[in-house]
Amino acid sequence: MLDHTNKDGRSNGYGDGGLVVEDTANLTFQVHRKVFVSPDILENENRAIFDKCWVYVGHASEVKNPGDFRTRHVAGRPVIFCRDRKGEVRALFNVCRHRGALVCREREGNTRQFQCIYHGWTYNTDGSVKGIPGDDAYPPSYDKQGKALTPVARLEHYKDFYFANLDPDAQDLHTYLAGAKDYIDLVVDQSPSGKMEIIAGTQEYDIKANWKLLVENSVDDYHLVTTHSTWLNYMRNSGVNVTPTKGHMLPTKGFGKDLGNGHLTTDNPNYRGRPVARWISVFGEEAKADIDAIRKELVGRLGEARAERVANTNRNLCIFPNLVINDGSSVTVRHFTPVAPDLMHVTAWALGPVEETEAQRARRLHAFLTFYGPGGFATPDDVAALELAQQGYAAWREVPWTDLSRGMGSSQEQLATDEGHLRVFWRKWDAMMNGASA
Amino acid sequence: MNKPLDPAATVTRAEVEDFLYQEADLLDSWRLDDWLSLLTDIAEYYVPPNDKPDGDHRFTLFTIADDIVRLRERVIRLKDPNCHAEYPPSNTRRLITNVRITGMDGDLILVAANFAIFRHRRNEPAPRQFIGRYRYKLKRTDAGLKIQERRAILDAEELGAMGAVSFLL
Repeated sequence: MLDHTNKDGRSNGYGDGGLVVEDTANLTFQVHRKVFVSPDILENENRAIFDKCWVYVGHASEVKNPGDFRTRHVAGRPVIFCRDRKGEVRALFNVCRHRGALVCREREGNTRQFQCIYHGWTYNTDGSVKGIPGDDAYPPSYDKQGKALTPVARLEHYKDFYFANLDPDAQDLHTYLAGAKDYIDLVVDQSPSGKMEIIAGTQEYDIKANWKLLVENSVDDYHLVTTHSTWLNYMRNSGVNVTPTKGHMLPTKGFGKDLGNGHLTTDNPNYRGRPVARWISVFGEEAKADIDAIRKELVGRLGEARAERVANTNRNLCIFPNLVINDGSSVTVRHFTPVAPDLMHVTAWALGPVEETEAQRARRLHAFLTFYGPGGFATPDDVAALELAQQGYAAWREVPWTDLSRGMGSSQEQLATDEGHLRVFWRKWDAMMNGASA
Repeated sequence: MNKPLDPAATVTRAEVEDFLYQEADLLDSWRLDDWLSLLTDIAEYYVPPNDKPDGDHRFTLFTIADDIVRLRERVIRLKDPNCHAEYPPSNTRRLITNVRITGMDGDLILVAANFAIFRHRRNEPAPRQFIGRYRYKLKRTDAGLKIQERRAILDAEELGAMGAVSFLL
């Protein structure tokens, strides 16, 4: 059930009163805007949510070969995401055991060792100590091998998507992901071999807004018509039918879904074209036969119904707390981290099947840029909307409540233009801020 | 075998500088239709990703990779008051220096330049700064120099505080 509440119709409360308030009698759902401005709340989020949840680190395709590494951050901590010389994928804190300097400074590469520039301690790609210069100065009892790079408490993957958890007692990743796994499957099924890869080129940018606003925005289809009218124009000018269907705000009737454990997704019949596999005029006449062939391969491998599901639905998936996989005009993998209450850092990549031909890959990247990213026809306007909201929160004391009541009391399944799936996020957020486990 | 064209016989640096300064003025004053008239019918515009500045847009996710069709659509968008990221339009000021003619690619003149662009927005006390280099392919036509390709390559390791690239870089 999407809409449920505590006995008294209010959240458990947090600090000086309920910040997430669900009123089932009057059918309203409100979030106090203090949650977007308070440094204390951000500190509590870091401890209660980011230090407890599975957070995305990277994809297996980014560390394909032994010795491959990428320097990343996990819940704000510097981490080396690498494949050791024996082939095992690791997440090691990028912190020298001696005096704490970063031991790896490059963004990515392939190496046999990580060497701290300060005193020259070296580590193997599995984290074990390789050498300590002048180690005869330590007493014989000194546990040299005990000085290996510290691994992140937990590292697990689902179909090559690697997540880390700072909490050694966390439940396993597959259980944590709950119904989100089915939606990752829909992405992975686009590859004939079940192998997807992150495409070179990273989009990293800041948004001067609270991180939770991007969770909402990523799955909120209510804003499409107003925020993205220039993108709709572009589609219309290119011959794509973007006329809303009768009784709906979007060209197709789509849904917002609760996937359990705070994860949520939109689920919409496609109208905007998909590299796998629905042709629209933007792709050009010459792409038609190729997209037909991709579609045929899907049908042969998955059957008609599953192929239709994979090829002809768009899904913006949010894995609690901060990973979004947009499977729309192209596939994006995007996560975001709070830097301050009014500032987040966003990192995004494109994902595609490893088998794609050059023409298919070029088409996927072209389709990506029509909508997504800091130079796309839509994302900059999302950024503008989020930054305007954050500016509005300067008056949070006087205008304190954000409203997320759309679709409450509806006897139908929640639409993607309702806010039922946004409420899923906020209930989980509220529960964890009140001490619930991940 | 054709002898490669000598750039010096085709164009002078002063002529290229005048052209780039004129282009900068059109962009900073948001005369975008006039700016489009500086392009050839097959012009392309690229902003590579910060971590792969020398990448190929066919295999690499760029920040912007427009062919002329999408570039014209981008101008339609930028002129629309519903282009929220650029409404009201930013005040931009671009400083272009170190202009050099670096060679020829067939009949295209290769030009390199450095840029510093300051983008001012209401409610933002400090400008967002975009620093980098341009790589142009210019074509000499009966109507003067035209842009066949322009590539704006940012120096920063990431877009970071620049946020979006919502105006023409």
